[in-house]
Amino acid sequence: MATGIKDKVAIIGMGCTKFGERWDADANALMVEAYNEAIADAGIDPKEIQAAWLATCFDEVNVGKSALSASIALRLPNIAVTRVENFCASGTEAFRAAVYAVASGAYDIVLAMGCEKLKDIGYGGLPEFSQAIGILNSLWFPNITAPGCFAMLAGGYCAKYGLKMEDVKRAMAHISVKSHANGALNPKAHLQRPVTEEQVLQAPMIAYPLGLFDCCGVSDGAACAIVCSVDVAKALKKKDFVTVKALQISVSNGEEMAFSNWDGAHVVNTEKAAVRAYQEAGIKNPRQELSLLEVHDCFSITELVTMEDLHVSERGKAVNDVMDGFFDKDGTIPCQIDGGLKCFGHPIGASGLRMVYEIYLQLHGRADKRQLKNPVLGLTHNLGGFPMMNVVSVAIVGRYKD
Amino acid sequence: MIGIISYGGYIPLRRLSRLQVVQQMAWYNPLLYMLMAGERSVANWDEDAITMAVAASYDALHNVDTKHIDAVYAASTTFPFDDRQNAAIIAEALSLNDGVRTVDITGSRKAGVSAIVAGLDALESDSARKVLVAAGDRRYTRAASTLELLYGDGAAALVLGREQVIAEFLGACAYHEDFIDHYRGAEKRYDYPWEERFIRDEGYGRIIPGAIKAYCEKYHTDIAEFTTVIYPCPFSREHAGIEKKIKASHVHTNLHEGIGDTGAAHPLVMLSHALDSAKPGDKILVLGFGQGCEVVAFQVTDAIENIKRPKGVTLGLSHKKDITYAKYLKFRNLIDADISIRAEAMPNTSLTALWRHRKMIHGFTGYRCKACGTPQFPPYPICVNPACNKSGNMEDYTFANKPGTVLMYTGDMLAASVDPPAIYGLVEFDGGGRTLLDFTDCELENLKVGSRVAMSFRIRRQDDTRGFTGYFWKAVPLME
Repeated sequence: MATGIKDKVAIIGMGCTKFGERWDADANALMVEAYNEAIADAGIDPKEIQAAWLATCFDEVNVGKSALSASIALRLPNIAVTRVENFCASGTEAFRAAVYAVASGAYDIVLAMGCEKLKDIGYGGLPEFSQAIGILNSLWFPNITAPGCFAMLAGGYCAKYGLKMEDVKRAMAHISVKSHANGALNPKAHLQRPVTEEQVLQAPMIAYPLGLFDCCGVSDGAACAIVCSVDVAKALKKKDFVTVKALQISVSNGEEMAFSNWDGAHVVNTEKAAVRAYQEAGIKNPRQELSLLEVHDCFSITELVTMEDLHVSERGKAVNDVMDGFFDKDGTIPCQIDGGLKCFGHPIGASGLRMVYEIYLQLHGRADKRQLKNPVLGLTHNLGGFPMMNVVSVAIVGRYKD
Repeated sequence: MIGIISYGGYIPLRRLSRLQVVQQMAWYNPLLYMLMAGERSVANWDEDAITMAVAASYDALHNVDTKHIDAVYAASTTFPFDDRQNAAIIAEALSLNDGVRTVDITGSRKAGVSAIVAGLDALESDSARKVLVAAGDRRYTRAASTLELLYGDGAAALVLGREQVIAEFLGACAYHEDFIDHYRGAEKRYDYPWEERFIRDEGYGRIIPGAIKAYCEKYHTDIAEFTTVIYPCPFSREHAGIEKKIKASHVHTNLHEGIGDTGAAHPLVMLSHALDSAKPGDKILVLGFGQGCEVVAFQVTDAIENIKRPKGVTLGLSHKKDITYAKYLKFRNLIDADISIRAEAMPNTSLTALWRHRKMIHGFTGYRCKACGTPQFPPYPICVNPACNKSGNMEDYTFANKPGTVLMYTGDMLAASVDPPAIYGLVEFDGGGRTLLDFTDCELENLKVGSRVAMSFRIRRQDDTRGFTGYFWKAVPLME
């Protein structure tokens, strides 16, 4: 009988680069930047790492296939290094692989690295991905982009709850203004400038109803974690460490897009992954028990709808919570306290680990100007793909109590 | 009795006002002033001779059982492929039987009427029970040329057969002469026309009356016997002049005012238009012109009153939207516009994948689960219905002829598109099933959740580097 991952694995070191248009750095340099911080944080000898997982998504435009790039860049000692890819959940997938590896007892200390170098392609947005789910797909599937597909979610959401688009647009603007305010306090964020609601609402349209400020940026970056079992953490004399409470992935089986049972107003896999994660972590009431959220705010509408799928807001009521400031820095459950994808951009392989990094800093009281009062449990969420076909990860990490 | 059992037509939505071209370009070519009146039809960027022929064929086939269609004769002077049979693509888009004979008839504007005669021959010789004749043309013309204003884009289709004949075959005759009013050399993009006075006097004005006379002599009949005479001649004054010369009781409009000359398809487009209002007993003479003439005659039967007339041409003439000259130039690649780096990265088309999934891609064929009845696209072996999930229990099910309702949509300014914003969305089909589709012939501001759409066979990807045109189906908002 499966017992879940709760409190079996400790995070003993983390690192994260400055995110942004890193014209100066290639993927190797980014990985080293995050790695050096994590090794110093963990206080271990690099030779103690027994296995590693690397997450990257667009292999063709940055590090290529396999995990050779990480093994060479980090000069790992001929250990098992494996590349994983699962759309925007890639970073969390590397983390999951590392966590399961030490939980199984196969290794003592393991590295999870996420890295993406997107800004070498010469144009805005993500690299062309018409063959991302196979060459057959490119023969018929529309030339979709991420903003186009998530824009549809806004229309579907308004239609389902009979809301006016202008009211939802205002809540979406509040979300972006809040994240920009948080990002302004984070020296590692790509965008560190606050914006006003008026600026957001008057920005040029990318895909109706999503304007420029409803979309996250495209950046380069890397983040990583060093994990071990709770016993090893204790043997390493670690105190007050952070443990993994839940790790869940949920993936579409084609129903939303091809079977007539999806309402177009939420993301099926976010809800499924969240419900399983709460069960794994022993969380009964997420609205009361979670201290902070780092969700996949690729677009403002995604963050809004995610609040309902995570069972933090009631169905059709996320607009109210957003406008009440429930997710603001001084709200009940701050969301994107580090600035989120909105301000960090979305180097795909790195994002999931960047989110865990912020919660790790918050739980250790090391978040500087962004520090929240006494956080206990934090949730991260990634959504790869599109509202009608996607890969979702939910991770919950928190303080370890004996 | 053999003859026409159904017919259809397709005129693309866009119209280019000739006045607009005159205003923009007459400084360069003052001859354009002569052609200031009316408008020409313009194929959307994702339409070509094949897609328009498919649309016309759908119009023609909606009241025909396709089971006994044994041949497809496709006619055009602008087929997208020199070697890869265009009629075979049309047959797949129409989900016709594997046993159908597919033939391309090309090389002259009279090819459309030649295809009709060839189809009638197949019926007479009993080598086919029903024949689909589909003609379409989308001719490139140089900017600011008179041909730019004379030509239009369009298609028409006829179904020939021996039961429930709505227009009985009366006779045919041919006349050939290597008269060159224009030609298009191999691998050349544009027609090379000769002097207009020569074309009018020695071409249309002599050859058409001569061919009609030959027909009448062959069948011992008089042109006055015919209710309607159909011949293409894009010069309206000469078109009327021929009418006087042959002393016909009624000559069908050359459609210059509304759409222009649609090439190999034009006699069929005019015939379709004439059949929309034809009465039992009407005799119709149809001529194709180009290196001589091909002549064929029909008499409308009582059975025409028993069918719901498709009216593709009649409706197409009134269902229209203006296109700016600049957009037209871009659609036909007559200007070298920036395409953005995003659009440069076009991989080739996997011909193995396309072949394996040709029913899916060309015929828009998915599956219906035999256990639970759920229609589904794209086709996978295991049923998508979570209450079923049966494996390997599927039958083919086509979505090409299913209307649908828009569930969600967007206009995307980031996506690479010839005509931004790229509009796409999730469509729920009548009868079940849903999928994500491109939209075309569509304005973002006229679309809503709940809008009704029909499916249209269109160019999905134009790969000029490798000369490959890829097709799939798109959603088009239904006429209100």
